[in-house]
Amino acid sequence: MIRVLLAFLAALIALPLSAQDTMPPAPYAYNQLDDPALEAKATALMHTLRCLKCQSQSIADSDAPMAGDMRHQVRSRILAGESPAQIRAWLVARYGDYVSYTPTVSASTWPLFAIPALLILIVAAVLLRRLGRRHADAGDAS
Amino acid sequence: MRSRLFLWVPLALFAFFAGLAGYMLTQDKTEFVESAMIGQSLPDFALKPAFDGLPGAARSDLVGGQPRLLNIWASWCLPCIAEAPQLEALQAQGVEIVGIAIRDRPEDVANFLARHGNPYTRIGADDISEVQLAIGSSGVPETFVIDAAGVIRYQHIGDIRESDIPILLAELEKAR
Amino acid sequence: MIAEIGLAALWLAAALAVLQMVSGALALRSAEGEANPLAIYARPAAVMQALLAGLAFAMLVWAFAVTDLSIKLVAANSHSMKPMIYKLTGTWGNHEGSMLLWVGVLALSGGLLALFERRLPERTMGATLAVQGFVALGFYAFLLLSSNPFERLPVPAIEGSGLNPLLQDIGLAFHPPTLYAGYVGLSVAFSLAMGALLTREVNPTFARVMRPWVLGAWVLLTFGITAGSYWAYYELGWGGWWFWDPVENASLMPWLAATALLHSVAVLAARDALRTWTIMLGVLAFSMSMLGTFLVRSGVLTSVHAFAVDPERGAFILVLLGLYIGGAFTIFALRAGAVAEGKRFSFSSREGALVFNNVMLSAILAIVLLGTLYPLLTEAFDVRVSVGPPYFNPASAMFAIPMFLVMAVGPLLRWKEDSPRRIRFEVLLLAAILIGVIGLVSFFGQFALLPLLGLGLAAALGVAAFLPLRGRKLTRVPVATWGMVLAHFGIAVSLFGMASEGAFTQERLAAVAPGGSDQVGDYTFTLQSVNPVAGPNWTAIEARIAVSRDGGTQVILTPQARNFWSPAQSTSESALLTRWDGQLYAVIGNQAADGRWQIRMWWKPFVTFIWYGGLLIALGGVLSIIGRVRVDMKRRKAVSLGDERRADPEALGTAPVPAE
Repeated sequence: MIRVLLAFLAALIALPLSAQDTMPPAPYAYNQLDDPALEAKATALMHTLRCLKCQSQSIADSDAPMAGDMRHQVRSRILAGESPAQIRAWLVARYGDYVSYTPTVSASTWPLFAIPALLILIVAAVLLRRLGRRHADAGDAS
Repeated sequence: MRSRLFLWVPLALFAFFAGLAGYMLTQDKTEFVESAMIGQSLPDFALKPAFDGLPGAARSDLVGGQPRLLNIWASWCLPCIAEAPQLEALQAQGVEIVGIAIRDRPEDVANFLARHGNPYTRIGADDISEVQLAIGSSGVPETFVIDAAGVIRYQHIGDIRESDIPILLAELEKAR
Repeated sequence: MIAEIGLAALWLAAALAVLQMVSGALALRSAEGEANPLAIYARPAAVMQALLAGLAFAMLVWAFAVTDLSIKLVAANSHSMKPMIYKLTGTWGNHEGSMLLWVGVLALSGGLLALFERRLPERTMGATLAVQGFVALGFYAFLLLSSNPFERLPVPAIEGSGLNPLLQDIGLAFHPPTLYAGYVGLSVAFSLAMGALLTREVNPTFARVMRPWVLGAWVLLTFGITAGSYWAYYELGWGGWWFWDPVENASLMPWLAATALLHSVAVLAARDALRTWTIMLGVLAFSMSMLGTFLVRSGVLTSVHAFAVDPERGAFILVLLGLYIGGAFTIFALRAGAVAEGKRFSFSSREGALVFNNVMLSAILAIVLLGTLYPLLTEAFDVRVSVGPPYFNPASAMFAIPMFLVMAVGPLLRWKEDSPRRIRFEVLLLAAILIGVIGLVSFFGQFALLPLLGLGLAAALGVAAFLPLRGRKLTRVPVATWGMVLAHFGIAVSLFGMASEGAFTQERLAAVAPGGSDQVGDYTFTLQSVNPVAGPNWTAIEARIAVSRDGGTQVILTPQARNFWSPAQSTSESALLTRWDGQLYAVIGNQAADGRWQIRMWWKPFVTFIWYGGLLIALGGVLSIIGRVRVDMKRRKAVSLGDERRADPEALGTAPVPAE
């Protein structure tokens, strides 16, 4: 709920900067592709692309006109036969890693993968220490 | 007793966070998403005229001769009104400005130019933000410096203030 | 006068916090068994402070109730035309007021602790109250020095500026205080943990004192998160119910830490094990609530746009964070080694299972923390990255799945040591359910891995939750055990809702002309008409959509696209049709050039179970509190009865004859 409050407040602050346009949305902004398989592919991709004008929302969750135009790009490119990976790469080439919620290992994101891996090791070590050894000397506990 | 060094780990992690957070508090926040297309060639596009008064815009119109400014704007965008006089000032200094109107209607474009001045040589209509997305722009207004070879050299995000004019002129000079 | 009384009460309360801190700390210097003469002030100071902070808050509520426009805060956030209920809730709908509410609840809990808690040794109690006073003092300083809620305007305003209709909502009014109260409950747990650590009294008595506070805080957090999630779901208009937004994570992280703490405290209370671990989690849980406050209010994270964002306030909270958490971790590092580890146990025991899941919860917490703070780290190097659901979901599932598996069998194990062979039947049963459900579901269609696993785990957990009751006489099962059963069942219910929503949701986005029809799932919907409607401060277009399931009776849904004019703002009001097996979610969008309307429809099977589950979890927590407090009362009564019996013969002058 705080989120909604924040969204409202943010919208209020942003209001003078971005009045709304009155143009109809792009053809595929609010319309699905006819082929359910292609649409499913597009939807899955859209959920992992960041809406650049909103806070923490994917383009699949946003009413911002630009998110609509990005959905149009995604659907029409999928329809034209591009793969989701190609479309993501196209957007990342334009907006950097920021536009993609699906992190790829890169110079700026490797700790996102290294730390969880380390975490698994730590967790295993902690569990072995706390539980593994106990089993052995449970008998001579005070 | 075993080594108690690990008991200090939480403190160390916390100190790292506190240092980082403290540093970030002193930094200016930029909400801008910079284009990753700086230094790249302008993608190909051809847009129909945004209204009857001026021709539309295509990539070929931005290539060759002098470096130019590519201004992404819209008649419904309030900061665009604020930057209109600055664009005219740039035009007065001999800068060629090509406009791209985002999600706009011809009559609104014409009205805007009649009221706030027309610094553009051509304006393309981008009704579905396709060129905007193709050059990595994430809002209006934004202004790009395009050199004679059609390479994007510089991006200015937000409305152009008076203080930004020397910067843009210098960037145009650099792109020469 | 109202403001002056409030401000004076606040200053006095701050002074009493100092007294409480000093006097409590002096209790540490007294020798075993005897009381330091100056240490006796800590308890009365805490009680008085509670009254004064309560008075200060009451004064602010009063100022809002009568709309005293000479007070800056009231003028900025209220309006004489607001309905009374929103005038009152407006008290904490802003930074200063919410901080005052925060310290008010903090002081109140400190007062309650001082007044009623007699089980702990005086030294531990003194140290606890000292820490509590220290924490409170920081917030008083914050209020008085940088966020004074009672500041007067040089000239009273003619009218207040806070008539934003969007913020006048009963949900928005009560959601934040629920979370604050949860955070504050964790601060009491923190003070108790520090008190116990400082005096090396980390033992079952301490755990029993701490438990109701942790449980209470956890219930409030559970409730707050559940309500917040539902709110986002129906208000944002796209059917999403969790976005891994930094603000959401800020409330999830304390909950994860509190959940781990809750279970760790249970082990400490029952078995006198996991001493340092409990202290660590106590510090961690409070750290997370402070961190959440910092993230939400300082604006360091990009997506956290605005809740009274102000770098100066951020700096102040960061300093408080440094003092409390930095201090606590330092003391922890210095002292924790001296706390004996407590009773030992084997891997296959209930303690073993609880430790495993505590470690898993902590790992999930670490993942959420990493994902939330990582963008902050890269921004320090001017690189912007996004961490979102595609990262959080699999990374947290990696630890959540083993946790759910252990959670299913953990409550079946005996304390200290148990043989896995004893619960062979149950384990086989649960494994069969898990594999059976996954097999069955994948037979009917292709689904993503996580929802599929979620469905199987939910089924197994749902059954497993009730297994601890097997073979027991239901009327004699303790209330607290019912609480556990219910809370664990709630997890299964919630997980089922999430997995079902993820796997089976049907989406239909369509441009429909008035009179036109379309389909989503089993439902046929017909756009009957689109009409303008007007409310007190908005105009809207409202669609009348007739829906029917498999040709059954028609129901009318009326989603709206609203335009408010003070201030100008548009929202989409989704229309929900709730059935026992799911929700139909309808939104009306723009009109296309050809006159057709954009309709968004979702059929979300069992999505409501997400929040039903959350409520069950909270209810389980409530039952657990009731059960624990009842047992404690009985025990206290028994102890005092025993004392009386022993005292009686002494009063008669005849010492009891030792039986030889």
